[in-house]
Amino acid sequence: MSTAIALAGNPNSGKTTLFNELTGARQHVGNYPGVTVEKKQGTCVSDSGKFDIVDLPGTYSLTAYSLEEVVARDFLVNEKPSMIVNIVDASNLERNLYLSVQFMEMGIPVTIALNMMDVAKKRGIKIDIKKLSKLLNVPVVPTIARSGEGKKELLQTIASNVNGKAEPLTISYGRDIDTALDEMEEIIQSSTFLTARYRARWTAIKYLEKDQQIVESGKKEDMKVALQLEGIVKKVTGHLLATLDTHPEGIIADHRYGFINSVLKQNVIGYFQDKNRLQLSDKIDKAVTNRFLGPIIMVGILMGLYKFTFTYSEIPVGWFESFFGWIGGIADNALPEGHLKSLVISGIIDGVGGVLGFVPLIMFMFLGIAFLEDSGYLARMAFMLDRVFRMFGLHGSSVMAFIVSGGIAGGCAVPGVMATRTLKSPKERLTTLLTVPFMNCGAKLPVYALLVAAFFSKNEATVMLLITLISWVGALLVARLLRSTVIKGESTPFVMELPPYRMPTIKGILIHTWERTWQYIKKAGTVILGISIVLWAMMTFPGLPETKTQEFESLRLFIMSGVPARVLSEIETLETETIKGDNLKVTRKLSAKAMVVKKSLAQVDFDEAHAGLKNSIAGRIGSSLEGITKFAGFDWRTNIALVGGFAAKEIVVSTLGTAYSIGEVDPEETTSLSDRLKVAEGWGPLTAFSLIIFTIFYAPCFVTVVCIAKEAGSWKWAAFSVVFNTVLAFGLSVLFYQVGSIVLT
Amino acid sequence: MGRISLRQMQVDQTGTIISVKGTGELGRRIRDMGLIPGKKIKVQGRAPLHDPVSLRIMGFTLTLRNNEADHIEVEVQ
Ligand SMILES: Nc1nc2c(ncn2[C@@H]2O[C@H](COP(=O)(O)OP(=O)(O)OP(=O)(O)O)[C@@H](O)[C@H]2O)c(=O)[nH]1
Repeated sequence: MSTAIALAGNPNSGKTTLFNELTGARQHVGNYPGVTVEKKQGTCVSDSGKFDIVDLPGTYSLTAYSLEEVVARDFLVNEKPSMIVNIVDASNLERNLYLSVQFMEMGIPVTIALNMMDVAKKRGIKIDIKKLSKLLNVPVVPTIARSGEGKKELLQTIASNVNGKAEPLTISYGRDIDTALDEMEEIIQSSTFLTARYRARWTAIKYLEKDQQIVESGKKEDMKVALQLEGIVKKVTGHLLATLDTHPEGIIADHRYGFINSVLKQNVIGYFQDKNRLQLSDKIDKAVTNRFLGPIIMVGILMGLYKFTFTYSEIPVGWFESFFGWIGGIADNALPEGHLKSLVISGIIDGVGGVLGFVPLIMFMFLGIAFLEDSGYLARMAFMLDRVFRMFGLHGSSVMAFIVSGGIAGGCAVPGVMATRTLKSPKERLTTLLTVPFMNCGAKLPVYALLVAAFFSKNEATVMLLITLISWVGALLVARLLRSTVIKGESTPFVMELPPYRMPTIKGILIHTWERTWQYIKKAGTVILGISIVLWAMMTFPGLPETKTQEFESLRLFIMSGVPARVLSEIETLETETIKGDNLKVTRKLSAKAMVVKKSLAQVDFDEAHAGLKNSIAGRIGSSLEGITKFAGFDWRTNIALVGGFAAKEIVVSTLGTAYSIGEVDPEETTSLSDRLKVAEGWGPLTAFSLIIFTIFYAPCFVTVVCIAKEAGSWKWAAFSVVFNTVLAFGLSVLFYQVGSIVLT
Repeated sequence: MGRISLRQMQVDQTGTIISVKGTGELGRRIRDMGLIPGKKIKVQGRAPLHDPVSLRIMGFTLTLRNNEADHIEVEVQ
């Protein structure tokens, strides 16, 4: 039988790293406080036994202050793990033990994994582990999670202590509080008030701390007892306010830290350097968060990320493009004309290829973001930007959700929406939830990349930066709007740790990058492929009526009837040679006469395909919307693509790909979609940018919408985000397009 | 030297916390992070817009907004 173990500790103490080390599970390793929100489970099989390990969210306390704290506490209370393995950052012992003390007060067996021993040593901190263990009365094992050191000892210690019983820690909180606690404990015991879930004294402490969750459930359990307890709390509070000018919460915190101090003072910890000097980290911060230098560095880093992504990904992007062109060529040769060929080339290869072609781009982008995240720089961004975010009714920590969603282009609104769980205040959280989809997620990037390559190829980096700025400014203004209308209210505290800078490990960054890229590929590979096929069907069926097809056929015959046989055979030779690839050279060899004939024939093909698509299901939807969307410069093809984009933003690209490879002159040609758009009718920089604006703001993809509904706790907000965003996007695009048209003419 | 509010402290100035006035969520959060009477703090720096402030306490770095720092009284050296 395996035993359930809970892994708990402060954010950034190395919990995720240790969890990976123990379970071998792949998981995101970050350097931003509170990244681990989800409950992660894994199994550890070792010589010492088999353990089911749950990775609890990182918290500083157990006061049910934030969602993480509630999640962690509920797990401990409801699931009753056999043991808490408490990761404690040895280089930050005092504050980390504050949480440990609270675990011990709960009465669950605790084993301390004293992590970051290497960092502590470097900082000249020496810890007497035996003594610490004796004074706290729990096993303490030194570890270095990053290198796996101490893992074996930790497992042995867990195994030999897991079935023991823990004596709950009782701290003295001073006479006033202790007296009240004793009194309350007795009442709780005698009326078995909440005792099925919590220890009596713990409940009493929580009442004194005015813990919302406990007070609420107390009211439900037994109103009479609850009122009695609240009465005692009121009395003590009044007394403490009168005599000491503080609240019970304050005194409880003081005594907890006092207890920790009394332990550490007994020569448990020794400093060989000034403990307040984090030399390197401080030096970096002096420059990086400097009043003038800081913002410049920040913009520089953002720009650098763009350059890095665009420059270095170009080569592999080219490989991908030629790879899919090559596959398309093979399929073209191997398959007979007809629906199947059209499905394979236009539906599958173009659809998936159009999306996978951007994988290198996304990978490079994530590589950069992972580095910023793991190094600790992202937390500095939150610090520097808080003042700005607060102006818009958000929180400095909102930056996390914005960035994960694509604040630094790339990312995905789905994890971004999830990342808002780290935000405590429901109002700032909801506002962040509703505005993060405006960011440039990895799936929108292909859309931008396509349009930018086609119409703004001379200023790629500048235009991409402009797109980022538009989405930020738009998101912030909308946030402000929401916070002063539908989501009004006070702002929440910005009490946050700035983790020391760390050199990210290559392994950490690669896991991180790979996970996010894989997420994208998985989505591209499954959802996209499926939808590509559905869309292909929507674009192919019902097809043209028989009479129409015949019309086009007779038109072709008519064109060819007046042409000498010599010219006809010339065109035929060309067609067979085209399949072998070297299209350009062959075209040049055609005589003028043959060229004319070929052109008119191609025109017929184009008209037929065009008529077919227009008659298809998708074409009918698109055409019916064209009446309104023309004000934003979108024709029915763009409309189809945008409707598809609701399923997933990258589909905008594959749909345009499908739309144009069906509708264009020569479906065998593998020129990239960018080249096709450049020459397509109705397209120009104005239309392209109008479409970019629409893409930034319109309804999030349905996966995000589902997540918003879940995170906000109601479908009302999900529906709100679909309708509101689309209306907003349409308004902005129309405004841009109309004003642009006037200015340009 | 005297008691001032944390907001008024200069960068690189050190001091000892005398009292923490905040209650509710804010007060709890401040105390959980170790900002309690008797602790030594040092102002590490300020964000470019002068707010929030970052400070060193018990060997780690903590950030606070100015209006939150108002609740903390410090005896400065
Ligand atoms: N030097 C050193 N670094 C470590 C050690 N353990 C973890 N780290 C690093 O510390 C950073 C934070 O580790 P995580 O495992 O993400 O910490 P966490 O507690 O899960 O943090 P959250 O995900 O924010 O809750 C990473 O960059 C790790 O590589 C260690 O023992 N020594």
